[in-house]
Amino acid sequence: MNSATSFNSVQTLIVIGNGMVGHHCVEQLVAMGAQQRYRIHVFGEEGQRAYDRVHLSEYFGGRDAESLAMGDAAFYQQPGLTLHLGTPVLEIDRQRHEVITANGCFPYDKLVLATGSYPFVPPIEGAEGNSRLVYRTLDDLDTIRAAASQARRGVVVGGGLLGLEAANALKSLGLEAHVVEFAPRLMPVQLDDHGGAALKARIEALGVGVHLSRATQSISAGEQYRYRMNFAEGEFLETDLIVFSAGIRPQDALARQCGLELGPRGGIAVDEHCRSSDADIYAIGECAAWNGSVFGLVAPGYRMARKAAAELCGQPCEPFLGADMSTKLKLLGVDVGSIGDAHGASAGSRSYRYIDEATASYRRLVVSADGKQVLGAVLVGDNSYYDTLLQYAQNGIALPADPASLILPRGESAPALGVDALPATATICSCHNVSKGAVCCQVDAGITDLGELKAATRAGTGCGGCSALLKQVFEHELSARGVAVDKSLCEHFAFTRQELYGIVRVEGIESFDTLLARHGKGEVGCDICKPVVGSILASCWNRPIMEPSLVPLQDTNDTFMANMQKNGTYSVVPRIPGGEITPDGLIAIGAVAKKYDLYTKITGGQRIDLFGAQLHELPDIWGELIVAGFETGHAYGKSTRTVKSCVGSTWCRYGVQDSVKMALRIEHRYKGLRSPHKLKFAVSGCTRECAEAQSKDIGVIATEHGWNLYVCGNGGMRPRHAELFATDLDDETLIRTIDRLLMFYIRTADKLQRTSVWRESLEGGLDYLKAVVIDDSLSLAGELEAQMQLVVDRYECEWANALADPDKLKRFRTFVNDRGGDPDIRFVKERGQRRPANANEPELIPLTVESV
Amino acid sequence: MNTSRETPAAMGDNHWREVCGERDLVAESGVVVLLEGRQIALFYLPQQADRPLYALDNRDPKSSANVIGRGIVGQLGGELVIASPLYKQHFRLEDGSCVEYPDQRLRAWPVRLRGDRVEVFDSV
Repeated sequence: MNSATSFNSVQTLIVIGNGMVGHHCVEQLVAMGAQQRYRIHVFGEEGQRAYDRVHLSEYFGGRDAESLAMGDAAFYQQPGLTLHLGTPVLEIDRQRHEVITANGCFPYDKLVLATGSYPFVPPIEGAEGNSRLVYRTLDDLDTIRAAASQARRGVVVGGGLLGLEAANALKSLGLEAHVVEFAPRLMPVQLDDHGGAALKARIEALGVGVHLSRATQSISAGEQYRYRMNFAEGEFLETDLIVFSAGIRPQDALARQCGLELGPRGGIAVDEHCRSSDADIYAIGECAAWNGSVFGLVAPGYRMARKAAAELCGQPCEPFLGADMSTKLKLLGVDVGSIGDAHGASAGSRSYRYIDEATASYRRLVVSADGKQVLGAVLVGDNSYYDTLLQYAQNGIALPADPASLILPRGESAPALGVDALPATATICSCHNVSKGAVCCQVDAGITDLGELKAATRAGTGCGGCSALLKQVFEHELSARGVAVDKSLCEHFAFTRQELYGIVRVEGIESFDTLLARHGKGEVGCDICKPVVGSILASCWNRPIMEPSLVPLQDTNDTFMANMQKNGTYSVVPRIPGGEITPDGLIAIGAVAKKYDLYTKITGGQRIDLFGAQLHELPDIWGELIVAGFETGHAYGKSTRTVKSCVGSTWCRYGVQDSVKMALRIEHRYKGLRSPHKLKFAVSGCTRECAEAQSKDIGVIATEHGWNLYVCGNGGMRPRHAELFATDLDDETLIRTIDRLLMFYIRTADKLQRTSVWRESLEGGLDYLKAVVIDDSLSLAGELEAQMQLVVDRYECEWANALADPDKLKRFRTFVNDRGGDPDIRFVKERGQRRPANANEPELIPLTVESV
Repeated sequence: MNTSRETPAAMGDNHWREVCGERDLVAESGVVVLLEGRQIALFYLPQQADRPLYALDNRDPKSSANVIGRGIVGQLGGELVIASPLYKQHFRLEDGSCVEYPDQRLRAWPVRLRGDRVEVFDSV
């Protein structure tokens, strides 16, 4: 047994300070088995065990002290570990190896100082009591709360990170909050002038007063409010309370008392092992100064804690050689991020800036002189760019050809850097120093659950800022090892849409039943997998959707080839290719609408929608439309909708190409094409872009020499500008390119994924898509074109097909045992047309039931 | 032809009523019959040996539209369900209870195939 030997050699380790860093150090010690070597005593000045100071302002938002506490209360009850709360250490006697507290002397063999910092309050005449509050501990917050109960207005002195946190706290206490900053901008350390200005605009918009370049000279009694803060040149601001948050100072009083070496600007001087000038004493966190610098963030504090713990346990750990002060946070609900050389101080560095004064957003990207690496960044208003930029900066990843794209706005959040691109050394969680390599190790060790991964590595349990990235890396590593991340379509198919698509093609499967029998579970399917498979079968083989085996797969809109509206009636949209229609065509549509009393409306896609048809009326309506020369418009399907166009060179004095003719060609080619989601097209005859092609899945804009192709745009709920894909194409190349792109989308998109979202999900982005479609990097082009040609060749109007088959028409009966319509459907007249009656609408017009 | 007006299969308050023929049904899907002003959706699953036929109210309680018969038949956790075509909530074919909203429930009728005729048990 080695317990006896280890017992004899057990020493006493004392940790002074039970803040976040001190606590982390003890956790690390325990994890490294330090109780084999040491009895550990922890002294905390506050009555509260370690709590999360990063989220201190949430104390006013309803979180109590216990929910802010770090770890379990039971943690300090384990053998060999004693926590002394409310016990400040008064002195250290290095000769006698003792610490002296009010409760007596405690001998130590090794000592760790984690005493943190204290708020700096400049000496100002008249500052006392409620005009000299600070914001650091839970006790401070209780004092502020008590002061605020009598107050209307509160001022924070200091416009840095903590000052703005404090202002948020005052605001959440219901006070009118003001921030007074000595520097000419907010957060002078992290932000540049533009960033500070954007932050100021946002914070002022939240009702917080911001006063820059103001030094408080004295505090006297106020008239309207309790105090009056006097600035230079007679300016003043009255307030009921003042919180000082003008910076922190390392808490190095014990070190001074016992004669440890200090940094030039304070702080206990430590080496790369976090050891002070006394070999038995370590210092970590904000009380320590490495190379003269104090690091006032939690991540470097944790790294120092790990280093000291490893030293004490004789375990290897990389030396502490300073820290990256990059940070992202939400101040008063405003995203603020600062990475590396945010001020562009490096020699030869160049900056890209994006300034949006309308929404007060600002982003700056600082790149190296050779333009190849990210040195730093400033973000105000949107931190979704942060993770990617940080990875570029920390891992020296080569910049893309257009670095500005990293900070330019996008329809979606900034494209994540493919996790593939990250080296194993890339830090994923900087709070707990978890690298991508460490995540990989855990995956290799068999972890398949994100919660387990977090428990094992602690990644994502510090500030939480890395959660999204962690999940991405984890899932990527799982799938790289062939471990299934559950992306099942539904309970019947353990495949994604893309995988099912591949199966259907490779095995030549043409029915749902076959696919379910071979690759699914159960014998029925559900309303998720049936329409998806129906769509895949249609994309691959383009059989009429009214085939008996396909009918039960379709959503009601596809089943009845019309769009169900809220009262169970349908709307009907005949195809009007390119929006071009003859007067006779218009008259025919009008005649049908009039005969069946349908509400008519022009759609955004240059067509006419006819509303209010009952199921049993659909065949008659379509019979008349087909006689008049119309085809189905597929408004009900996840399929090609319309090709919008302007009149182009035929009529327009500016037009440079015949946009209508091209729109007709495109619409006739792709009509009936089933896809993961609906497809919208447009063709504009000149650069004035009257057809709004840049908001479409496929947009074509005429040039002097041919056509420019734009792809993957979207209007609707999440607008996204289409991206320029190819320029000056001739007609044939244009069609061939669209063939390939659409078929590639159909093959690889997820269910109900529009082209815009699909495009953003592609690793490698637009360049990759160009490589596949234009340069044929996957040698797929021939296959994609052939498949499109098959779908085009098999096109037939579904309504014409259905009308020719009495069996298919059987379904178009409201009741299979009655010729009448649904008696519950009621309409009222409005603006000369009928519309569905609301629940208790007085003027009801009974529907006339035609009996034949 | 209006089959709902045919003679009841049995007399009395509660009785089996013929509503349509087997060939009016659509396999793996639904149709609707009118029975004395009430709309009943019939779902036909010919491959289900133990019970191929179900009958539920056609009225969707959420939209108050008569659309249940036009939903997609499926299986959730082993139970046969119909998804309402408007708001996609699921009702169990067995008893008409709603998977997502317990307060929504459709009346379920006993239904059977007798020869090539479909009969619903009509109780007051």
